[in-house]
Amino acid sequence: MKGISRLALALTLITAGAGLVLALVEQVTREPIAEQRRLETLKALRAVLPELDNEPDRDTVSLVVGKDKKGREVSRTFYRGRLTGNLSGIAFAVDAMDGYSGRITIMVGIDPDGIVNGIEILNHAETPGLGAKITQPEFKQQFVGKGLDGVDWRVKKDGGDFDQITGATISPRAVVGAVSRGLSYFREHRREILAPQSAEEKR
Amino acid sequence: MNLVREFTKGLYRENAVFKLLLGMCPTLAVTTSAENGIGMGLATTFVLVCSNVVVSLMRNLIPGKVRIPAFIVIIASFVTVVQLIMEAYVYDLHKALGIFIPLIVVNCVILGRAEAFASKNPVRASLADGLGMGIGFTLALFVLGSVRELFGSGALLGFSLFGAGYQPFLLMILPPGAFIALGLLLAAMNRFDNRRQ
Repeated sequence: MKGISRLALALTLITAGAGLVLALVEQVTREPIAEQRRLETLKALRAVLPELDNEPDRDTVSLVVGKDKKGREVSRTFYRGRLTGNLSGIAFAVDAMDGYSGRITIMVGIDPDGIVNGIEILNHAETPGLGAKITQPEFKQQFVGKGLDGVDWRVKKDGGDFDQITGATISPRAVVGAVSRGLSYFREHRREILAPQSAEEKR
Repeated sequence: MNLVREFTKGLYRENAVFKLLLGMCPTLAVTTSAENGIGMGLATTFVLVCSNVVVSLMRNLIPGKVRIPAFIVIIASFVTVVQLIMEAYVYDLHKALGIFIPLIVVNCVILGRAEAFASKNPVRASLADGLGMGIGFTLALFVLGSVRELFGSGALLGFSLFGAGYQPFLLMILPPGAFIALGLLLAAMNRFDNRRQ
């Protein structure tokens, strides 16, 4: 028994020391990490929103958009860009689960009438050189100026209005589908999304 | 105890990747570009040096029966430190390396050096060993990453070399390209060694 308690003591001391070091490092890096994540979001927001002079990540509305497999509510954040106080655009992230490999996350920026101002691919794991070309400007550019009306939100191979990429149809199809679902959601919930910021949302 | 010898053995003679074929998971997975190779190599070097030093300092305090869990705790702590620091100060590289930073914990080069060297040798020799092995690992990842980036994207460290007309040899930056490139490099090295003898 004496042997075992000695082993336990040694391991306890080592893990306690490790915990102390990790706590210190976490404390030092917490602020910079939060700042980096915020900068990343802001960069994507600036890329998809029209000209603005507010901080869109501080002017948001969160709505429940559905439930995940475990029945928990999934909410989506709508970032609102303003120029001299007037709403100039709304941005939100949508997920495409039907890409070639894993989830594709897309930031979509629209004007208050639901016309796309720009899209940005935030995360994807598509094949380099093929499906990964969805991140190239030529692909993203074709969404600009399009809204739900008068546009067939399918790739050309399926009879729609969007160019697929040579050698990769699945990735563009997933992106086009996710963006159009996002636009439909915006149209259905336009009033709530554009509603003035409630007190509890303000930070 | 010859410190210089302990340092230089990791560079080529006992290079972790090219000679011992250890740490293949990060080697094959992240070397899609030279920059990723260097980043992964340096992160691993930092963990290797720190864990070697700490393991060596505590080698007489850690009971033999629980040495493996003790080493793993020490290594995992340094990996977490690296991960937090990279996320705070080199965010883009942190994103590019993704899941492979936490996976440095299970890199057998690090546990291997702790077990085979640092737990039996004094601090200065362990420091030299960790530094040499780490730099050797970084060099190997840099070379493999350069070869794959050169053929797979026609660039080196992000600078395009062959002009716009180059049709990238995509296979090289896909997973099979890692095996092919590593195999060819090993073959070339073996030939070089055989010639020299």
